Amino acid sequence: MTFNAAALLLLIAGLALIGWIAGRQRSNLLAGRSGTKLHSRPQYHGWYVALWLFAPAALFLAVWSSVSPGLITNEVLASPAAENLPEFGFERGAILSDARSVAQGKQEAVRLPAAAPLVEPYAAAAHKYAWIGIAAMLALALAGGLYAFTRIKPDFRARTRVERIVMAVLLVASLVAILTTFGIVLSLLFESIRFFQLVSPLELLFGTTWAPQSGAPQPDTFGGIPLFWGTVLIGAIIAMIVAIPIGMMTAVYLTQYAAPVVRRWVKPILEILAGVPTVVYGYFAALTVAPALREFAVMLGIPNASTESALAAGIVMGVMIIPFVSSMADDSINAVPQAMRDGSLALGATPNETIRQVLIPAALPGVMGGILLAVSRAIGETMIVVMAAGLSANLTANPFASVTTVTAQIVKLLTGDQEFDSAKTLAAFALGLVLFIVTLLLNIAALRIVKKYREAYE
Amino acid sequence: MTQDDLFIADPKMRAQGVNVFYGEKQAINDVSIDVGTDLVTAFIGPSGCGKSTFLRSLNRMNDTVASAKVTGRIELDGEDIYAPSMDVVQLRARVGMVFQKPNPFPKSIYDNVGYGPRIHGLAPSKADLDVIVERALVRAGLWDEVKDRLQESGTALSGGQQQRLCIARAIAVDPEVILMDEPCSALDPIATAKIEELIHELRGKYAIVIVTHNMQQAARVSQRTAFFHLGTLVEYGKTTDIFTNPKQERTKDYITGRYG
Repeated sequence: MTFNAAALLLLIAGLALIGWIAGRQRSNLLAGRSGTKLHSRPQYHGWYVALWLFAPAALFLAVWSSVSPGLITNEVLASPAAENLPEFGFERGAILSDARSVAQGKQEAVRLPAAAPLVEPYAAAAHKYAWIGIAAMLALALAGGLYAFTRIKPDFRARTRVERIVMAVLLVASLVAILTTFGIVLSLLFESIRFFQLVSPLELLFGTTWAPQSGAPQPDTFGGIPLFWGTVLIGAIIAMIVAIPIGMMTAVYLTQYAAPVVRRWVKPILEILAGVPTVVYGYFAALTVAPALREFAVMLGIPNASTESALAAGIVMGVMIIPFVSSMADDSINAVPQAMRDGSLALGATPNETIRQVLIPAALPGVMGGILLAVSRAIGETMIVVMAAGLSANLTANPFASVTTVTAQIVKLLTGDQEFDSAKTLAAFALGLVLFIVTLLLNIAALRIVKKYREAYE
Repeated sequence: MTQDDLFIADPKMRAQGVNVFYGEKQAINDVSIDVGTDLVTAFIGPSGCGKSTFLRSLNRMNDTVASAKVTGRIELDGEDIYAPSMDVVQLRARVGMVFQKPNPFPKSIYDNVGYGPRIHGLAPSKADLDVIVERALVRAGLWDEVKDRLQESGTALSGGQQQRLCIARAIAVDPEVILMDEPCSALDPIATAKIEELIHELRGKYAIVIVTHNMQQAARVSQRTAFFHLGTLVEYGKTTDIFTNPKQERTKDYITGRYG
């Protein structure tokens, strides 16, 4: 007898189904016998019984699955056969797990001779705890089911209770995302604090030399300015120079000029562009755009032209962001009331004048919000810059030179062999924290602008 | 139609046998009407009778609806406005329009009024534009209320002020005809009274066509009234005649409140 959680879950689900049918029948029966009208429809009584039967038992199952292996191991260690086990943790663990594998039938025979006497106690303990677990679970399920079953009366408010339970489930589901975010922020924060105990935050934020070494932190090697500059140059300057005009013009064309047929085809295609994995853009940047740009730069006689350039990464990132900008601008322009457009046309303005002087100014706050969101996405983008922008932390305004970004450095710091407590590794978390705070602020600003603007037309 | 004397000798606008279609659906059926230079013409009729559709065909605002098609002939000073040689931008500068809901641009009061003159190049210098803006606001009866805050946003005004701003905006390009599409339906009674007073003052300077749901309003502001029903022009005549002595049974039923 082993403890198979999936099979047991299926078992209590089956019991819950029986409970559902029984609860439904009973409510009908009671209503028929007493001649009164049911407060809740029969299936709510069924759901009430089923939930009471299922939820406590399932919860117990979850807890028991994680607790019982520990209990089994303790029992084995307490047995006389375990007295000869070595003290050393690693060896001891290996022997125990060997014995466990044989006891569970995953292995034919023991590999370590010392494990052989433990197989029998292991199997016995596992058997015992499996029975305890199954018995307790069934008892819980039956107790819950019976409790609910006995409460069924025609005037029992089963619907209210079921709805309350459903609401609680929905609430928990929505908390998952929020709690995860909190967890991520906290983990970032703690590791960052450890980093800032080794290196001053001022150095990270304002230092101009980025050359992290393994081992004890050297002075003036954790200056983040070259990374921040690289990030801004690629994500906020070059990418936006590409994405804003093209995205805006796309939106103007699609909302004002395009025939419905064209719009029906072009919009989904743009959305597909937004769904291309960034690593594919990365190939494109590294293999196609970057070499072409380098040749172009060499032709122009620009010094420091590199196959890994800020320009290549920025242009491709801009292309990636186009659908983002165009769809936000599209929404904003569409949100400008038709009356505004009519008012301008009725004054004898051409469509072109109407777009430039009325629609775009009216849509501007929404467009700005969209651009901020796009910037926040661009500076957090990793794959393209890792593949195309390079890793050398240059502080340069030459777009043909190689620069690096915060995200590219985080990847570099965390990949490969590393000690987990060195300043070099911890720096990744501090950089992540800076990036997180900046994108968070950008998102908050963007959402506020967009919201304020929406209210203006409602 | 028996009121041949109503067909004005030298009309500002003349519509003859006009049909308007939205795709397959015919919204206006064979409408002929004259709009006099010094007159206010009211279009009345129940909702969906086509009066707004017909009004919008007078300055080709129906062009913005892809499925709309206009047949028949509409003239402005004897010139066919649907002829290929007619420039729709010029047409709309001559035939202005005020809408049902006030629709000022999200710009300053000054820029709202100055928008038309600027795009048509009517004001070579800032001083000229100042004069045009002031004159339009004075004519629209809004000058005294806004002269100290011309740089404030037009959308911050009250509904009635916004509608007068829209009238000022239309006047600023110096049109010959002003089309008003239920200009008071979104306003309270006091603001409505101000707009009606304004229509009285503007009469004689511009040919005015007003679409209204409100029969008392038609009776108060207009000299000619056209009654539309189900896309046809049922009766057209002097306002006093239409309201005191309608010739058609349907007109009589409508103005006495039997339907609509």
